Amino acid sequence: MALLELRNITRRFGKLEAVSNVTLDIAAGEFFTLLGPSGCGKTTILRMIAGFDAPDAGSIALDGRPLAGIAPEKRPVHTVFQSYALFPHLTVAGNIAFPLEMAGRTRDEIRRRVGDTLALVHLEDKGDAYPHELSGGQKQRVALARGLVNRPRLLLLDEPLGALDAKLRERMQGELIALQREVGVTFVFVTHAQQEALALSHRIAVMNAGRIEQVDVPEVLYSAPRNRFVADFIGTINLVEVSVTATAPDRLELAAAGLGALTTAPVADAAPGTRGALALRPEHVRIGRAGAPATLKNRVEGTVAEYLFLGDVTVYKVRLADGSRFEALETNAGAGRAQFHAIGERVTLQWRHDAGVFLRD
Amino acid sequence: MRAFFCATEARADKLTRWLVTAPPVLFLVVFFVLPALIMAAASLREPGPFGGLAPLAAQGLTLDAYRFVGEDPIYAWILAKSLLVAGLTTLLCLLLAYPLALLISLSPRRRRDFMVLLVILPFASNFLIRIYAWIMILGPLDLLYRSGAVVLGLVYVHLPFMILPLYTNLEKHDPALLEAAQDLGAGAWTRFRRVTWPLSLPGVLSGSALVFIPVLGMFAVPELLGGTGDILIGNLIKEQFLDNRDWPLGATLSLALTAAVLGVAALSAAAARRRRRP
Repeated sequence: MALLELRNITRRFGKLEAVSNVTLDIAAGEFFTLLGPSGCGKTTILRMIAGFDAPDAGSIALDGRPLAGIAPEKRPVHTVFQSYALFPHLTVAGNIAFPLEMAGRTRDEIRRRVGDTLALVHLEDKGDAYPHELSGGQKQRVALARGLVNRPRLLLLDEPLGALDAKLRERMQGELIALQREVGVTFVFVTHAQQEALALSHRIAVMNAGRIEQVDVPEVLYSAPRNRFVADFIGTINLVEVSVTATAPDRLELAAAGLGALTTAPVADAAPGTRGALALRPEHVRIGRAGAPATLKNRVEGTVAEYLFLGDVTVYKVRLADGSRFEALETNAGAGRAQFHAIGERVTLQWRHDAGVFLRD
Repeated sequence: MRAFFCATEARADKLTRWLVTAPPVLFLVVFFVLPALIMAAASLREPGPFGGLAPLAAQGLTLDAYRFVGEDPIYAWILAKSLLVAGLTTLLCLLLAYPLALLISLSPRRRRDFMVLLVILPFASNFLIRIYAWIMILGPLDLLYRSGAVVLGLVYVHLPFMILPLYTNLEKHDPALLEAAQDLGAGAWTRFRRVTWPLSLPGVLSGSALVFIPVLGMFAVPELLGGTGDILIGNLIKEQFLDNRDWPLGATLSLALTAAVLGVAALSAAAARRRRRP
């Protein structure tokens, strides 16, 4: 049985349906992420789990017990807020002790567990400091410690890394993964940053306009998006308008206007004539000089419109014959200076017959 | 070279500090320290026959006024009673103002300004007229000329001075803190006791000071609403200057009042410090 069950949750604000018929199962010990653009309803779901909001329809159950009618303070669910919401008049230790005091723990137990939790988030020497004396990353850790110290059944995290700069965010991501593994508390994480979601989560639910588009492990979500929204939202992707011309057990033959025949991996019941998009990740596209020998099944010609040298990789934006743009990614792992293709150079783009996903309209 | 720059920088720093602190210091000297010194000087003089002070050359300095105040326990008693009435007024103001300030701060933003306007609206009419209005209300009810009427009038007059600083403080509270407290297991009363109340203490303190101190010196309300037994230290001081024409005695009582106010302020500051570091 799942730890948390959301069944057909709907929440309306006036005419707007912020959450539409969402059903989700989250298992104990999972690091689960709700991912989507701002306004997609992910924070509303979090607030309904915490108890600050209630669904208009549907039910939420924790450990099989319905949560409807249970006040937020009575739910074994704690939240790490985006703004951290640390109590400014309490010390770090006082903040972390707060949930333990609310739970009526003894003084000795509180002292011991505050000490343990401070060590867990590497803030042993900051117990007597006040929140305004801490850096952003330290506040973040105190908020995490306060949420975890009383071992809730569920920890909700509302864009907790949003206020940190890039370098610190990367480090906190690592700490967050280690922390979740160490304490074993189930995390429900909300973010609009797809890379963060991919890096942290066991499973991700991609949301759009109040609906769940796809729930999967990060690898599947990235390599086999179910529709255009998911494909486009996660990572970078080339989308080519195509129609199916023929099907075979091991491949799908496609025709793209202006680009000719293409081949991709098969999908279930895609009859000839079906229209859709071919979704292709830039790292699957190999770029070479025009007229280079054809080694891969799919092949198109184009002109380099611009490139971004990112250090480890170079991203080429190539204009194709039909005027569309294609992205190709080349790693700079070769010996010596990486081979560049200059702007305006004619190039050939190639990819394997089974790279890419056909997304039905 | 470097040392030279550091030196000029330090000097510029000192100059800035002076320019910033000089106006308030000057203000305090002119409007507080000097008057207090004049009062202290007056308290050591002999009273003039028709009010004012007797010529210094003829009569010299004397401690008569202090001796007089010290010998008659009625003065200490009235001062103590005044402190008590001021404390009671402050407490009642706090009890009435806190829920109201909380209500205003939790109202939608558009309605808040209107509610604050209602709080300060009584200032639009004269203070004495409003007290006379109370006489007309309390008279027929047979509640006039008692200590209760005095406290009622004092609370009525000073309530806005408690509401405004409280509201200014409460309005700044981050609602996320209450949500966090609730999320971490705190019920409604605990949220108030552990979050709202401690964070509002600066507002409570400044509101209390704005009520307590003026009430201590107040003479109009007790004179208009109170009976003969309800005079406060303010009435006593006023009497010495205007009716008894004993300026040195008035000055002495006034100094005693100042000392009492400073003493209360020092006590509350010490309490605030101790609370911060438990």
